[in-house]
Amino acid sequence: MIHVHVYEKWWIGLTVAMLIAFSLAIGVSGFMMGIQLPSPEALVNPNTVAKQGDFANPGLKELAPKKYVAYIRAEANPWKFRPEKIEVPVGSTVTFYVTAVDVQHGFKLEGTNINVQILPGQVSKMTATFNQKGEFPFVCTEFCGVGHQNMFGKLIVK
Amino acid sequence: MNTFAVERKIAGWHIFVAIFALSLGILFGPLQAWEHMGWNTYPALQAVGLQSYYQGLTLHGVLNALVWTTFFITGFLTYVVAKSLNRGMTFPKLSWAAFFVMVIGLVMAAIPLLLNLATVLYTMYPPLQAPWYYYLGLTLVVVGSWMSGWSMLLTWNAWRKDNKGATTPFLALASLISMVLWQICTLGIASEILVLILPWSLGLVPGIDVQLSRTLFWFTGHPLVYFWLLPAYVSWYGMMPKQAGGKLFSEPLARLAFWLFLLLSTPLGFHHQYVDPGIPEGWKFLHAVLTLSVFFPSMLTAFNVVASLENGGRARGGTGLLMWIRSLPWGDPSFTAQSLAMIVFAFGGVGGVINASYNVNLVIHNTAWVPGHFHTTVGTGVTLTFIGILYWLIPHFTGKALWGRKWALWQAWLWTIGVAIFSQGLHRLGLLGAPRRTMLGVATDNYGTPEWLFPRLMTGLGGTIMLISFCVFLLVVIKTMRNKETAQVEMPVAEALHHETIPAWLNNWQPWLVGAVVLILIAYGPMLVQSIAQLQMTSPGFNGLW
Repeated sequence: MIHVHVYEKWWIGLTVAMLIAFSLAIGVSGFMMGIQLPSPEALVNPNTVAKQGDFANPGLKELAPKKYVAYIRAEANPWKFRPEKIEVPVGSTVTFYVTAVDVQHGFKLEGTNINVQILPGQVSKMTATFNQKGEFPFVCTEFCGVGHQNMFGKLIVK
Repeated sequence: MNTFAVERKIAGWHIFVAIFALSLGILFGPLQAWEHMGWNTYPALQAVGLQSYYQGLTLHGVLNALVWTTFFITGFLTYVVAKSLNRGMTFPKLSWAAFFVMVIGLVMAAIPLLLNLATVLYTMYPPLQAPWYYYLGLTLVVVGSWMSGWSMLLTWNAWRKDNKGATTPFLALASLISMVLWQICTLGIASEILVLILPWSLGLVPGIDVQLSRTLFWFTGHPLVYFWLLPAYVSWYGMMPKQAGGKLFSEPLARLAFWLFLLLSTPLGFHHQYVDPGIPEGWKFLHAVLTLSVFFPSMLTAFNVVASLENGGRARGGTGLLMWIRSLPWGDPSFTAQSLAMIVFAFGGVGGVINASYNVNLVIHNTAWVPGHFHTTVGTGVTLTFIGILYWLIPHFTGKALWGRKWALWQAWLWTIGVAIFSQGLHRLGLLGAPRRTMLGVATDNYGTPEWLFPRLMTGLGGTIMLISFCVFLLVVIKTMRNKETAQVEMPVAEALHHETIPAWLNNWQPWLVGAVVLILIAYGPMLVQSIAQLQMTSPGFNGLW
């Protein structure tokens, strides 16, 4: 065996303990408390998604009182989310379905854990509940061309 | 005595191209920082052919993160392997061929970059589409770097035959591990370009699978950072203790750290894809745990390197719990630059644990936090270390004394102060929700808040200080090259503190290579099979968006 200084043994022990603690913390919060990451939802054809299916007429749909789904299309040139504005009453739970018709985009909704890559060919799904009134911008977080910095929308909670 | 004239020449040319690329690439850095502050210089720069912020950003990323690092590393390690084995390259022509392949690749990639035909950022995410020769050029840079690695491995193989049963010296082993890690992990980007991107950018197939191309990119994209980092560790472990007047605290554990990097660096790329829609949570979590496990060799390094420096500080007469730090050679620019790089890198490591942490990452993913992070790691931990290495290497190669020791010291401190302010600004902006890779000066008017103002100013100020620091570095290099004063500067080689026999498992490639391949198969195999089974070659290319 190799010689390891006693301080270094302590240091290694401390490192291993930290790694176990960190892994447990993210595992428990992720799989038991539901603070989860995006995962596969559906595959679509980016060349036809704007013409047929749920993304042909994007926007908010009410499933039940205070329970909504929102279909959003991310598009470059002009750089826009469609729709750009969504309004829901306070206390609503909204499930977002977002896809791209051209290049890669991002979708980050301020004030929530919603932060997802938007890829042509994939549907990204995220859910959040809005208990505070206000305006929350959702912004494109992936470079998608020279208009990238102008690509954003607004969620209004009333 | 072998003077390694051939290896000096090979390494010298690599390093010349590296510094040239860095000098050009770094010029764009402050332009980005100033834009964040609200001063957009790009419209004025259209007169010199620079079309947009994003063209500048692409040049900055490619030249600094890919070209400067790869050329410096292949050149530096070629020389270190030769010196450490006390043996010239067995096939110097292979090393030269490698260099020319890399240069041809660089020129092929540089032309479309400068003509604003390849403004796809250094991640070149499809379906943004650059001309096919841009991708081919980048491929040649990688292939050339492989050939450099083969030349080092063949030299080591010849050494081994003449030294049967001998333990490979630490500096050579650590350098070879860095190059082998690179060979393994670049299989991802090589298959992305050769199988997916080239046929598609040549128009042979109409569409590309965007999700799969991202997975293959990040197969290489994260181990890439260890390819940058390990040559810095070569210096921290194998050279800096000598510069500090001490010895390497634990050579066996230094070797163990390198083997663990070889084992663990690749099967963890999904942490760059935590928010990708096409990868299930379970696989992301597995990669999260594997990413955290790389924290282990990093912590081994933190202890061992600091203990070695303490050994130096005490050998120089330092005493007390911490007062030995004052006895370190703070008047030596090479030592100081690398020590400061280490301190900044430690903060980068802590931030890296946050990035790695699965769902905590949601707060900062794709935000300005991320460039804030990697300017403390590759931008300083690695780059300032390489600059520190150059402060002994240029005099060592040229026989000329380092010009302006005080200027060089100022350079290191200014860089550290600059990056501290700059990265603070970007980390804060990220926490406030500002996206990365974005003209934040413009975005502020769209969706920013007044809270963004102060960190935007920090970014601009810090970036300016870093530019000044870099100008000082160039001054020192040019003045040293023209210096009439001569000096005999040796390559620092640290001795081990304890002369222990290195056990066989720390001198044997097989278990670590097999382990690395097995881990890659477990972490990537099933997802890759599934992606190929449901291949979606549907995305046409877009080349008119910039």
